[in-house]
Amino acid sequence: MDDWIDFALGRYNYWIAIVLMMTGLYIVYERGNLVKKVVGLNLFQTSVFIFYITIGKIAEGTAPIYIGGELDHGESEAEAAGPLHDAPADGANALGEATPDLADKIDNSGQILHGKIANDFPANDLKAGLESLKPPADTSAEASLHKAPDIDAGKIANDALAAVEKPPAPALDLADPAGLHGADAAHNAIGAAVHHTSEVIYSNPLPHVLILTAIVVGVATTAVGLALAVRIREAYGTIEEDELEAIDNIAEFGEGAAPAGAAS
Amino acid sequence: MNLAEQLPVLPVIIPLVAAPITLLLPQGRAPHLWATLISWLTFAACIFLVSAVSDAGVISYHLGGWVPPLGIEYRIDLANALVLALVSGIASVVFAFAYRSVRVEVDPRQSTFFYCAMLICLTGLLGVTITGDAFNVFVFLEISSLSTYALIAMGANRDRRALTAAFNYLVMGTIGATFFVIGIGLLYQATGTLNMADLHDRLAGQSNRMVEAGFAFIVVGIGLKLAMFPLHLWLPNAYTYAPSAVSAFIAATATKVAVYVLIRFFYSVFGFDFGFVAFAFTYVLLPLGLAGMFIASLVALFQDDVKRMLAYSSVAQIGYMLLGLSFATVEGLTASLVHILNHALMKGALFMAVACVVFRTGSHSLQAFAGLAKRMPVTTWAFILSGLSLIGVPLTVGFISKWYLLTAAFAAGHGYAAFLIVASSLIALVYIGRVAEMMLLREAPSEGPYAIPIKEAPLSMLIPMWVLVAANIYFGVRTDLTGDLATRAAEALMLVAGGAP
Repeated sequence: MDDWIDFALGRYNYWIAIVLMMTGLYIVYERGNLVKKVVGLNLFQTSVFIFYITIGKIAEGTAPIYIGGELDHGESEAEAAGPLHDAPADGANALGEATPDLADKIDNSGQILHGKIANDFPANDLKAGLESLKPPADTSAEASLHKAPDIDAGKIANDALAAVEKPPAPALDLADPAGLHGADAAHNAIGAAVHHTSEVIYSNPLPHVLILTAIVVGVATTAVGLALAVRIREAYGTIEEDELEAIDNIAEFGEGAAPAGAAS
Repeated sequence: MNLAEQLPVLPVIIPLVAAPITLLLPQGRAPHLWATLISWLTFAACIFLVSAVSDAGVISYHLGGWVPPLGIEYRIDLANALVLALVSGIASVVFAFAYRSVRVEVDPRQSTFFYCAMLICLTGLLGVTITGDAFNVFVFLEISSLSTYALIAMGANRDRRALTAAFNYLVMGTIGATFFVIGIGLLYQATGTLNMADLHDRLAGQSNRMVEAGFAFIVVGIGLKLAMFPLHLWLPNAYTYAPSAVSAFIAATATKVAVYVLIRFFYSVFGFDFGFVAFAFTYVLLPLGLAGMFIASLVALFQDDVKRMLAYSSVAQIGYMLLGLSFATVEGLTASLVHILNHALMKGALFMAVACVVFRTGSHSLQAFAGLAKRMPVTTWAFILSGLSLIGVPLTVGFISKWYLLTAAFAAGHGYAAFLIVASSLIALVYIGRVAEMMLLREAPSEGPYAIPIKEAPLSMLIPMWVLVAANIYFGVRTDLTGDLATRAAEALMLVAGGAP
């Protein structure tokens, strides 16, 4: 019994998403008023936003906004993580400065790769990712990824971490043999750099970004839907679906041809 | 940074950048000429892509230089190169065709916006086709859908029912797209990636509730977009009341692109390792495809509005495509791909012929077609030839589609399906025959709303229309062109999907 309660309560955000989704769909289906339909559609889309945010949540993780003050290792480190949002080359150089002993090992192609990797994943995520990989080798992390996941916060975190772990592998594939060394060095350099940072766990930023896009699409859809509702009101003088249908039927078949369904 | 390296991104970038520029142009001819020029450039880029892919194999373009599993990848193999060429080809013909038709059917104040929306729609459709990133598909799908809603609503200048049609499409399309996003979210949760090739690798061997739910959401979501038989309710009104040029464009492209997305997800993302795919083929796509073929064809038979008749026929034709891909064989998939191309050619030509009739008579009711053979012979014969192609008469592309489909049905051991394909083609014969009879044998009405003396449609409409009609016949004779490419594309897809289920 307790298991069931835990199961239900531990996933309360999924319940919210499901309830909102069904409410939204029901409104779209049941309400004849076009504006209410648009609102229902909105509610339905909102449930998906919540679902995506749930995917991105990592237990104990904070919002994926870089917390600058948490870095404890001097200015060079802050610099290293600071310009991550700049051009790839900047990130590479900054990290290179941060770990001067490694900098000379990084050849040209390595530097570019390095920059890309650093740019794409905030150092702290990488740290979390790399630390979780500490005991096992890279390959076992891959394997853990293929384990059937459960809908479970821990697993989600695992997925996210695995995603964090991903960049070096394809990067290595793409680098030509000469560049392999550079890519390795880049990997190490990041590892070295992030080890100096403090313990901040961020939620997975990717679903947030995805859902920002989906919100934009949702707003656009609402705007088009409401604009159509306005035009329909101009053309028909009503936005009730039943009345619209009746008007169309009368226009097509003449008076008295309104279908039985239109009255309800 | 030379142009050849950037070629894969051009089909999306050219119309995307050109669309807002359209709004700056003065009203009149300029927006139309600009949009047409852009569509031709896009078509040229797509043709280069097809030949590049045909020679060199899969092209992978990394957007912004980000390496694939993280960055967005444009991945072009033969299957989507064909669809790209098709969409941009249809666009280049319809855009050239649109000017006169749009001038009478769309509010002149909106004509600039019209071409802008057409270009955005083209961007979206090409983007959906070209991208190798699952979430990117959603974004482009919505770009094309949102502009389509606006384009359909522009038909309100002639018939206000276009507004309700657009609204219903908006509601259904948004539900479909949102279902698709939920599915993508579930897959992301299961794998931590959005790249299609990467998804395929990581989904291998996974078969749990989450992936199964994701699969179901994606199939239903795309099913709504492609008007899979019971989910097609938005389509007839949308095609009927949209401006004729829009009907011709979206009937030939939008649903085809959605079918392509379905193929991509079934074959390239899930593959046959995933048990639900075979299940969906046998118990969902096959029966729904067959049901759509028959029921929609029968409904088309009783329509008194030619555009609505063609719309229902589109639902039926989508049934053929679903049927082909549900066989899960190289032959079946080839038939599906070939029919995607061929149906676009014939439906585009048919809707353009109707657009010519609407241009002269102001109506797309069957009555307006009476006696047209004498008054608009060129349009009449374009309609009849592409109608014959729809039925599947030899020497037209329709025959090639049916031929591949029948071969595939027999090879897959679905002999009864072959029988049903032929039977439903006969229904098509009847409903096209009704219009043909009206045009060829009836006398033109001497009084009533359609009695006005009618001239042939202007050349600016006839030429693009006949280009498509000629394509119907050319590709019906030169079967090696589309057939070979489609077979190679199907073989590549089957290879990724992992053989027979």
